[in-house]
Amino acid sequence: MIRVALLVAAKDLRVELRSRVLLWQVVPFGAMALLLSGLALGPARAGHSGAAPGLFFLVMLFVTLLTVARSRAIDARAGTRDSIATLGLDPGGVFLGKTVALTVELWVTGALLLAGTVVVLHANLAGTLAASGNVAVTLAALAAAGVLHGALSGPGDGSATLLPLLSLPAFAPLLIAGERAYSAALGHGALWAWGTISLVALVAYLALGILLYGVLDES
Amino acid sequence: MSEFVASLNDALVVRSGFPLLSGVTLEVAPATLTLLTGPNGAGKTTLLQLLGGLVGLSGGSGQVCGVDLARDDRRALRRRVGWLGHDSSFYDDLSVRENLTFAAKALGRPLEDLAPALERVGLRDRSEVLARRLSAGQRRRLGLAWLLMRRPELWLLDEPYAALDEDGRRFLDGLFADVVAAGASIVVSAHDHLGATLGAVNTVHLVGGRVESRS
Amino acid sequence: MTKTLLARLLGPLTLALLALTFGLGLWVTPPDQVQGNLVRLVYVHPALAWVALYVSFGTATIASVLYLWRRTRSATLDRIGACAMEVSVVFIALTLITGSLWGRPTWGVWWAWDARLTSTAILGVFALAYLALRRALDDDETRARRSAVFAIIAAINVPIIHFSVLWWKTLHQGATVFTANRTLLIHGSQAWTLLVSFVAFTLSFVWLLRARYRLEVTRDQSRQRDFNEALAQRRREGARP
Repeated sequence: MIRVALLVAAKDLRVELRSRVLLWQVVPFGAMALLLSGLALGPARAGHSGAAPGLFFLVMLFVTLLTVARSRAIDARAGTRDSIATLGLDPGGVFLGKTVALTVELWVTGALLLAGTVVVLHANLAGTLAASGNVAVTLAALAAAGVLHGALSGPGDGSATLLPLLSLPAFAPLLIAGERAYSAALGHGALWAWGTISLVALVAYLALGILLYGVLDES
Repeated sequence: MSEFVASLNDALVVRSGFPLLSGVTLEVAPATLTLLTGPNGAGKTTLLQLLGGLVGLSGGSGQVCGVDLARDDRRALRRRVGWLGHDSSFYDDLSVRENLTFAAKALGRPLEDLAPALERVGLRDRSEVLARRLSAGQRRRLGLAWLLMRRPELWLLDEPYAALDEDGRRFLDGLFADVVAAGASIVVSAHDHLGATLGAVNTVHLVGGRVESRS
Repeated sequence: MTKTLLARLLGPLTLALLALTFGLGLWVTPPDQVQGNLVRLVYVHPALAWVALYVSFGTATIASVLYLWRRTRSATLDRIGACAMEVSVVFIALTLITGSLWGRPTWGVWWAWDARLTSTAILGVFALAYLALRRALDDDETRARRSAVFAIIAAINVPIIHFSVLWWKTLHQGATVFTANRTLLIHGSQAWTLLVSFVAFTLSFVWLLRARYRLEVTRDQSRQRDFNEALAQRRREGARP
């Protein structure tokens, strides 16, 4: 399973490196969404509202939806799907591999957007750095949840609208945990218990994905 | 246990409430070439997909390469057959060599098989080209290289002659002859041409999701 | 024989118990000292929430797990899961509406960022998403598998969402809206009415589920007839004149 996971992760990341969709489309989207969040707060609150952690994670939820859709698209063409299906890859390994690749992509995007949060929304740099470990775990959990929900929404025509509907309720606790932990690190309270929610969610999604990805993939 | 590579008995394949195959009975003997003919929508592609474990059996019974289609895991079967769809594509952003390396590693095949396979299909000097830059015919050749590396017991090819020039067709005929001579079986679909240079061919004519005639 | 008798009595019995609940709740029980007549919602809201969150969501989850387990896989379980989830949407909606009706005079707002309210609403979206997923897929087996997996994901999320919202709420500024009157001292006719309401709403779930299930069976039978016709037609394609 680990061998398949590494193979799939390497393939997904190589495709990403070649196509640069992340760099040229997803990161600019995230940056623009951050700017828009500031605009939505209004001139009085954009710089020092304490809303920076929440807005960062809200933007990351949408970034996750985009990267999940992209990760699905790599294998989604009917001809490719059949060719790959005949390799008989272990589904748990495929799930893990795609999750690893997506996690790396979310980490890269997240790091850039955290810098944006510091600059644009005036989040404290030291606090942001202190929160980064927690943010990393939460983004990994988002990646695992995203890959699973991506498989649920399927390769068909409806998947573009189905994916957000299916995944956003599951993203809610991760948004809460991520926002709270980041806020705590910025000094609005001393709460490190939030990492456990992200960690529990990450473990739950990894277990579910390894167990059930085959059931979704089969059809 | 069975002298056939594949045998189907009244096989039914249903997708979204529509019977794609409405009861197919068929045997494929070892080291033979079977040609599926029939009009569009007759079920040729579905039959190949069924033999390749890509779609499930909804009724009837069948076994392919010793795998019981009704009971066993279809994944086990997929690894043992070679499949080339009519729009077979690979990872567009990977090169020819990277695509084949991915397949070889996934199947646990030695990477040394890669160069001869590329040589055989005539893609040796295009191995570093991204798959998206290949022509339709070259894609078909990439698919064949993918199959050559796998050395399956049963080759399943959907409309392999489409998009191939005269040269390509001759090449395919030669390849098929070699594969059959080496003891593997081939099932191909085609609605017109089949190489005149080929020897004995079993023709199965499909209409309305079932076998109408064979020769 | 007894089975049909029970099935026949289910509807009238449910209606009678619901009527009894409303009768007791509206006229027999006294108004509360603090909350006045508002307390009467306690004979509706908790029972609705119990059915929405535990009985129907639980039924859908168990049916989904059993469906995914190869040995117990059957179309019946898929149908039960789907029907229970559909009924669950109705009860979640009623829970939210009655909660909101209580919240408006009590808290002064229709919506409060209360842990139960928020997690129930998210769960409601899960249930709606489940139904949307089913509608989007038209192959029976694919639909059954995917929706079963989704139901399990939703079920696993229930505690995660609950605790995260609870902590979100309580670890932030402390529960301000919820200090008074959350716990009601219940006795006498109030206790009886509450008990009757739980039985009545649970029975109404069973009744609705059964009716919905029978509709699904009828629909499947009609689909089977359509399929047989399609199969016959497909086979005739071969016999050209």
